[in-house]
Amino acid sequence: MDQFDAIVVGAGLAGLAAAYTLAGAGFEVLVLERGDYPGAKNVSGGRLYINPVRDLFPGLLEKAPLERYIAWEGITLMAADRSVQMSYTGRELREEPRQSYSVLRSRFDRWLAAQAEKKGATILTGIRVDDVIKDSRKVTGVLAGGEDLRAEVVLACDGVLSLIPERAGLRTPGMPRDHAVGVKEVIALDAGTINERFHLEGDEGAAYLYVGDATRGRFGGGFLYTNKESLSLGIVAGLGDFLKDGQSPDVPGLLDRFKNRPEITRLIRGGTPVEYAAHVIPEGGFRALGRLWGDGILVAGDAAGLALNIGFTVRGMEYALASGCLAAQAVLRAKEAGRFDADTLSVYERLLEDSFVLKDFRNFQAAPAVMENPRFFDHYPETIGDLLRDIYAVPAGPKERLYPTLRKILRPGEIWSLFKDLKAMARL
Amino acid sequence: MSAPVEIKAKLGLDVFKPGKEPHIRIKPGLERDPRLKPAIKACPAGLYTENAEGEVLLSAEGCLECGTCRLLCGLEVLDWNYPEGGDGVQYRYG
Repeated sequence: MDQFDAIVVGAGLAGLAAAYTLAGAGFEVLVLERGDYPGAKNVSGGRLYINPVRDLFPGLLEKAPLERYIAWEGITLMAADRSVQMSYTGRELREEPRQSYSVLRSRFDRWLAAQAEKKGATILTGIRVDDVIKDSRKVTGVLAGGEDLRAEVVLACDGVLSLIPERAGLRTPGMPRDHAVGVKEVIALDAGTINERFHLEGDEGAAYLYVGDATRGRFGGGFLYTNKESLSLGIVAGLGDFLKDGQSPDVPGLLDRFKNRPEITRLIRGGTPVEYAAHVIPEGGFRALGRLWGDGILVAGDAAGLALNIGFTVRGMEYALASGCLAAQAVLRAKEAGRFDADTLSVYERLLEDSFVLKDFRNFQAAPAVMENPRFFDHYPETIGDLLRDIYAVPAGPKERLYPTLRKILRPGEIWSLFKDLKAMARL
Repeated sequence: MSAPVEIKAKLGLDVFKPGKEPHIRIKPGLERDPRLKPAIKACPAGLYTENAEGEVLLSAEGCLECGTCRLLCGLEVLDWNYPEGGDGVQYRYG
């Protein structure tokens, strides 16, 4: 039986951030990862927003193997036969310090693991944690690879399914409606072609979101991010829709259909798919957050439900990094107090409340309910598409005046529901 | 439905280390349970299929370990675990 100060389950962003912070403070910390290497089981879209986490890891992220900084944002309302695109760039996106980067997790996580190891953390890969060990109510270790491994505290950073907190009795399995599934292809394409095709200079990157027909009018959307020498192309589909009726589209087919849209084919032409990945994403926001602490255990990252979709931004990675770091800080305080019971560890929740993490989750607690509105996914992309179709149309005969054209689509009932939907959006 | 051959080709891009035995199983006798049906469309790897007798079949080989079926179908109809340490999909990009 080996004894550690802390055992971290999962070498993802939360777990590695915790290990880096704890090892940096001289803790004897063991990270257990079931993949062959850190990142082997980890999937993101992925975009990392640096600003909220820069100061939690002084001097660290500047050296990270990030892909491209996002200088161009795009959102497309995708109707069945047409689409409306809006693109944004701003000086603040192009100047240092950069706000957001595209990321490939396998490379990023391996690098972060190496930094944690340099601080003194021990990372064991290829080991699945099967259970927690409890002495009466307190978690005192884990069972992994047939061995008892003991620690003062266990940090459950085991990802969205959160099996370790489930084993520890902190939560029950999540609900489908609080989750979405993301599927993604990484498509290799040379940097020069990417720059030319997306109108980018140097390390600039573009991030495009697609709403509407990308998911056949259901909750979710499509995304396309530029990496250094590849594209990340994927869709996200709400799991709740698969229980509602038999009409839901099949997930692999959705991605293929999205890939074959004319808006997409021209962007990925000549590229070579090199990986196909899938992962479930927490979408339940504040209401669906799991319990964050118990006797001898803390929960961070996706395992705690810390991902937040507010339509224009879909974020998870910086919440994982921050919650891992704050969980580590809570452990350091518990060490000072000499106790690792639930009461002492509950300082973690206060640290999260004082940080951007739970402030964001509270501020956007209405987001999941607002975004459940099916009109955002089926009605508006079609209606706005129709509006532009009619505005741009030049028929064989005379063209109708613009105002009556507008009125035909923006009928009183339409304006009333638009008003109601905008009012609901005011809760964001 | 996207053709199974297309999904197979996509899964062929990934690195898998096969385990000794399947890490997810349909509980014996529950192959016709309606709770399994959503996985047929939702599984990103297309691993759930339905035969002419209305039984849902699962082949866990090629599993992307995303968790969709655990959430959608639940633990009353599935024996669900991650593959053993070092087994299963090993993402090179992620």
